[in-house]
Amino acid sequence: MTKVGVIGAGMTLFRRRLQETGKEMCFEATKMALDSAGLTRADVDMVVCGTAPDAFDGVAMKGEYLLDGAGGYRKPYTRVFTGGGTGVFSTIAGWWHVASGLADVVLVVNEEKMSSCQPHPQSVFANIWDPILDRPLKPNLVWIFAMEMNRYMTVYGVKKEDIARVAVKNKRNAVGHPCAQLADPNITVDDVLNSEVMAWPVQRLDISPPSDGASAVILASEDFIRKRHIKDRAWISGVGWCIDSTMWTDRDLVFPEYVARAAKHAYKMAKIDEPRRQIDFAEPYDPFDYKELHHLEGLLLADKGEAPLLTREGVTERDGKLPVCPSGGLLGVGNPIAATMGMKIGELFWQLTGQAGKRQIPHEVHTGVSQAWGDLMQYGSVVVMKG
Amino acid sequence: MTARISRWPGIELRAADLIEGKVTQTRFRPDAKYAWSAGEAMSRFLEELQNGRFIARTCHKCERILFPPRMFCEECFRPTDAWTFIHDTGTIETFSVSYLDTDAKRITEPILVGVVSLDGASPKMGMMHYFGGMTKDEIRIGMPVKAEWKPPGDRRGSVLDILYFRPLREGER
Amino acid sequence: MRVGIIGIGMTAFRPSTPEYNWKELMFEAASRAYADAAINPREDVDSFITCAEDYYEGFGIFDEFVPDQLGAALRPTCTVSGDGLQGLANAYMQIRTGLIDVAVVEAHSKASDVVTLDGVIEHALDPIWNKPLGAHPFVVAGLEADAYLRGTRTSPKALAAVVAKNRGNGLRNPLAAYGAAVDADQAMRSEERFAPLRALDISNPADGCVVLVVASDRAAKKLRANPVWIRGIGWASDSPSLETRDWTGATYARIAADMAYRLAKVRRPLTDIDFAEVDDRFSYKELQHLESLGFAKKGEAGTKVLRGDYDADGRFPVNVSGGSLGCGNVFEATGLHRAAEVALQLRGDAGVRQVDGVRLGVAQSWRFIPSATGAVAVLGAGP
Repeated sequence: MTKVGVIGAGMTLFRRRLQETGKEMCFEATKMALDSAGLTRADVDMVVCGTAPDAFDGVAMKGEYLLDGAGGYRKPYTRVFTGGGTGVFSTIAGWWHVASGLADVVLVVNEEKMSSCQPHPQSVFANIWDPILDRPLKPNLVWIFAMEMNRYMTVYGVKKEDIARVAVKNKRNAVGHPCAQLADPNITVDDVLNSEVMAWPVQRLDISPPSDGASAVILASEDFIRKRHIKDRAWISGVGWCIDSTMWTDRDLVFPEYVARAAKHAYKMAKIDEPRRQIDFAEPYDPFDYKELHHLEGLLLADKGEAPLLTREGVTERDGKLPVCPSGGLLGVGNPIAATMGMKIGELFWQLTGQAGKRQIPHEVHTGVSQAWGDLMQYGSVVVMKG
Repeated sequence: MTARISRWPGIELRAADLIEGKVTQTRFRPDAKYAWSAGEAMSRFLEELQNGRFIARTCHKCERILFPPRMFCEECFRPTDAWTFIHDTGTIETFSVSYLDTDAKRITEPILVGVVSLDGASPKMGMMHYFGGMTKDEIRIGMPVKAEWKPPGDRRGSVLDILYFRPLREGER
Repeated sequence: MRVGIIGIGMTAFRPSTPEYNWKELMFEAASRAYADAAINPREDVDSFITCAEDYYEGFGIFDEFVPDQLGAALRPTCTVSGDGLQGLANAYMQIRTGLIDVAVVEAHSKASDVVTLDGVIEHALDPIWNKPLGAHPFVVAGLEADAYLRGTRTSPKALAAVVAKNRGNGLRNPLAAYGAAVDADQAMRSEERFAPLRALDISNPADGCVVLVVASDRAAKKLRANPVWIRGIGWASDSPSLETRDWTGATYARIAADMAYRLAKVRRPLTDIDFAEVDDRFSYKELQHLESLGFAKKGEAGTKVLRGDYDADGRFPVNVSGGSLGCGNVFEATGLHRAAEVALQLRGDAGVRQVDGVRLGVAQSWRFIPSATGAVAVLGAGP
């Protein structure tokens, strides 16, 4: 198994709507990543593209459409798509391109242009439901999160204040992120608790809204890194991915078993048997504030029902014992689904190479874990990286 | 990254820019229509809904009663064995009180929706549906409920043949 | 470390499958593949890959609807938005890392569920440059066929020969949906659709599912399997812009083949390789692909097919399975189907369509209109 490192990263601004087309966003992020690693497209052996529903961009087979902007012209190019899990999963796919020995340098580009979808990107989510069991009920995506959040709160007796703390933490963390759409240095728990109820228990400030954006990372083999004397690199030490059954109504939503399984695979590969001690910081997927808590438990970084307590005690603040979402996460930076790779893989890279600027965790960190989630409360993808 | 990079790509647009025609756009409405074959399991499921009943499939290997019914057991990876009817009563596993409709538009009268685990099926086997006959303050996880069916003549073989699940009354189980 | 195919499962390809939903179709193909490999997916498989495009399925995130019928619930699973051979390439890479021992690759078509198939294909066209023209998406194939015939000085009779060969071959494939005794004359007189392409030049949609089980040599040994080895694999994408492409040659196929041949140490394709299954969803594509794969010089494939070189009993059998013209267009499952057919031949399991003595075969795929993307696999008989 060839050792694989991340040697560059780039991302565009994340905004509710950007003027750039999907192709242009891919180009910008790719160019940035290549420049940051001191490479050109000629150095890239293969390209992996991660992007979520085609319906957002308004082009079927959109992986094909984006490929020239994503540097894939006349190269081996593949698109992977695991719903929201793509933000971390595409890097896993990139990892196996290099670890297999078939490529030395792989570019991973993730993009989302949600603003093209009219009247509102939300309408795309009408098509993710089972046509017989769910769609006739005219569900809204927020419902399923609300149901999961309610189950989690009720089973463990979690108060909304503790969940709201996550939104506050991440939106404040995002102040240090140059691409952030939703940074807010002054947001308080009360602001979140007073925001309008969308689908109880979910309120407006519990959610990250739709965004346009793209991000890219460069992966390289140990050999390449050594030969080119590349100093800024962070190793991918563990990967794991898992999907749960389609029948989401048959599962207890209180615990993301699929995240735990993916995490276990990643930790095993990274030779981590005590994640709480051996993981220094985490970037779990936080499209909703309660999801950060849900996923921390799924990542085995907190006992079941314990994550709210850790948050309340400040453990997960950027200067805490286990910084969580130092990037500002999706809640703070924005949620262009697959492009959130910038805050998951990108952030791990920047933190581990000391390049995170205002967001740099004030104490030394060596090992981080990033995680994305997707599909119908179903998908977990996990990457462990070390400096 | 942040320390060394000064230019972050991306030109932000406001909603007004699009409405006021300041941005060149091209529009397209895809012609994408589908009619999925329901398949064996779902066809029977829908047929029985029209009859006012819930039907499940059994797997003799893991001894589970699977609902919604399926022709293969995902745990054992083998074809399921037999049809069996289950009850139309159950328990609220989780719920939401929604002020949003399917297009994310605001509504004033909230929709009560959630997951019901059904009696007679294996634990936690359930379906999503509306809740009715209760207020948003009365609804709770763990409440015993029963399906409120449409009159037989109005049923079409759809999950909407059930109007909603309502609180179970005395002596109903 | 070597990687091989140890299980093949396919449903029959049919114009429609109203008795199955897509899950049940996948369950059948998967069950066959696992029976063939003698494995239990719940215990023996480390990774599942499905090859699907949302718009062909009608779901915003098709990934959701995949695990249960493959035995992948609570297992590492992913969707490659690509064709079956691209999925196979990813399974190959996964196994080469050493992390995965046994992988499953699935692809299917339930085209009969798509009411507006042309509209769905059209939706992949460039929204700024091509969609506004309002043309049927197959116009792209007509344009390319015209450019190919003129650029390579290939006779339209060669297209008719491909049609007759492949639809005829389909008669000897029990899985084929459109096997028919069509002669070249009939093909040349069939109704013109997207000139120069006529009705019989265009493969008809079909439903069907293909599942392959892939394993490392170590795992194959433990499972007492007789693998067909993946000796080489490659994939590539040319420009997505119709306006900046080579219209006479399939550059994506050439680049993919270069990579696959390099890995397989194939130096002279025509002598080293015994037979091929290539994408023929439009008749001219077979010839264009054969030239790009090095099985004929530019402009020669037409001559060869007219001479009978590519017949099932010819010097270099091409699409003995019946290809897509004979079996049906199964969209993203096309490449995987070709790989399955090559593997069956190499195993000696191709029944009445068996070509004797084959040791090395090529399976090639294209991702259909409007893409310029495709993959190539070089498969070799064991041991």
